Amino acid sequence: MFNIERWQEIFETLRKNKLRTFLTGLSVASGIFILVILLGFSSGIENGVTSEFQQDATNKVSVRTRRTTKGYKGLNPGRYIQLKDEDFTSVNATYDDNLEYRSASYSIWGGQITYKNESGNYRVRGVLPDEQFIENASLVQGRFLNLSDINEGKKVAVIGNKVKTDLFKGKDPIDKDIAIWGINFKVVGVYTDPGGEREESNVFLPLTTVQNAFNGGDNIRDMAFTVKMSENFKEAVELSKNLTLAIENDLKQKHIVAPEDTAAIRVYNTLEEAKKIYSLIDTIKAVFWFIGIGTIIAGVVGVGNIMIIIVKERTKEIGIRKALGAIPVSIIAMILQEAIFVTMFAGLFGLILGLGLLEIVGPHVDSPFIKFPQVDFKTALTTVFILVAAGALAGFIPAYRAAKIKPIVALRDE
Amino acid sequence: MIQIKDLHKSYHMGSNSLHVLKGINFNVKEGELVSIMGSSGSGKSTLLNILGMLDEADEGEYILDGVPIKNLNEKTAARYRNEFLGFIFQSFNLINYKSATENVALPLYYKGIPRKERIAKAEHYLEKVGLKEWSHHLPSELSGGQKQRVAIARALASEPKVLLADEPTGALDTKTSYGVLELIQEINDEGKTILIVTHEDDIAHMTKRIVNLKDGVIINDSIVEQVRANQYV
Repeated sequence: MFNIERWQEIFETLRKNKLRTFLTGLSVASGIFILVILLGFSSGIENGVTSEFQQDATNKVSVRTRRTTKGYKGLNPGRYIQLKDEDFTSVNATYDDNLEYRSASYSIWGGQITYKNESGNYRVRGVLPDEQFIENASLVQGRFLNLSDINEGKKVAVIGNKVKTDLFKGKDPIDKDIAIWGINFKVVGVYTDPGGEREESNVFLPLTTVQNAFNGGDNIRDMAFTVKMSENFKEAVELSKNLTLAIENDLKQKHIVAPEDTAAIRVYNTLEEAKKIYSLIDTIKAVFWFIGIGTIIAGVVGVGNIMIIIVKERTKEIGIRKALGAIPVSIIAMILQEAIFVTMFAGLFGLILGLGLLEIVGPHVDSPFIKFPQVDFKTALTTVFILVAAGALAGFIPAYRAAKIKPIVALRDE
Repeated sequence: MIQIKDLHKSYHMGSNSLHVLKGINFNVKEGELVSIMGSSGSGKSTLLNILGMLDEADEGEYILDGVPIKNLNEKTAARYRNEFLGFIFQSFNLINYKSATENVALPLYYKGIPRKERIAKAEHYLEKVGLKEWSHHLPSELSGGQKQRVAIARALASEPKVLLADEPTGALDTKTSYGVLELIQEINDEGKTILIVTHEDDIAHMTKRIVNLKDGVIINDSIVEQVRANQYV
């Protein structure tokens, strides 16, 4: 391997057989290049899909109510189930150990909001401070609602980015008053949400303020929680499923709803949905890996093929070399070393080219489902080595056979 | 230098068996210039291949410079070929992507001689065969006679004990043939043992001894008056 004489011999051979060297290199480089691009886009799709479904916390459990559809214990169907503050408190207390963030909300539909001469219709929701984490909202300005806002029923508001651009036209909204149904609220924060514009057209007010100002009493429209995540994803899914069932059961009993009445009280858990998405991502990944491995196999077969042709083409030369005193091992070593050098060099070239293209084109890909296509450098490097090793193995067989040919037979080859 | 006793060789092709050499006995002393003659199929090339360790005999004894050549493994055979023998082929067998110098230096590479020394030696031998100015040319840029001279230089480069030439003039016209033979005679004059396989009478008479082969046996082995090639050139 570190025999300078042999390297000189190899470089000389490569230099004088440019076309052959180029073709071998091209097949290896293009194989690796395609693989890198494939893996890059696979990770891009993974990133894109993940972020697309990231609008809310993935471990969310939410409770909504409607009218009953079935009669139960002498009560007529069509009765509206109204959640109260005490429902929230009791769920909170019962499942305290398993819950992370908790929020109840009371919304006003079609809340007309006015700032000076600008106005628009947005969803106005009275919420608790934890809503920020349940909604996956992050603040761009100011603060979110806090406990003292809730306790004192302050007239403050946190607005979405969309609301800000619509109403404030780029001006600073903090500490400005907006009017909702004629009542003034002071803007204390602006948030952004990975879910996009739709999720950013909310206005959050303290729950207590909304209940008081808009005659809500102790009514709440829905509640949402996040489940504490355990290390094991499967366990977490199981836990959140059980929790969902338990909460649903409790509320149904309390509000005298038939157990089979699925419309009246609904408890969703997003983790099960998330599970589907993650398994979709896994499938996409598997497909790309399948294609990638296929490409590698095709590359190996290609390299092996080229090696066979090279050896065939060089049979006579091998015969001459043997007649002049080359030992079989030196013939095998010469062919293999040359093959490994070319595949390695070309493989790394394809790798760098692929990575470079991803680096340049990646940020410009404008699709919600493909984001930051990237390749783990280690993975890519490993595939190069696999290709080189497999190529060498594929080359070894013809090289070994060539070294075994009797010089007299090889010399007769025209 | 070469002792051969009762050499047999058969080729098997499918169910057919061809007995090519049927008991060859002959000796070659150091400094001899021997031609092996015979029509095609007489076994002369087979004999030369066995002498050159490119092929192996089925039976019999072959001693080269006191070393018995028998049941060699590939490695030893390669070393002996490199140390003892220089080959000159009818079709030259130069490596076409290597220049004249590199071709001549190749056996020295397998001998393990460093590059600089190799090149110097190769150039020395190229000068000896009169191709100093052509040392950087590829075989495709040389004439037939020049190619054979390069091949002779290559055979000489490893300073072998015996030169084996298989129809060295087979691919050359008469004039060029005599030129090559003149060179071979000069090398022989310096004391090198040389064996030439040929079917051309005039070429055979330029050696010092003619061995006639027919159907796998030697029918005639005689010393002849050497005709110098330079009188024709």
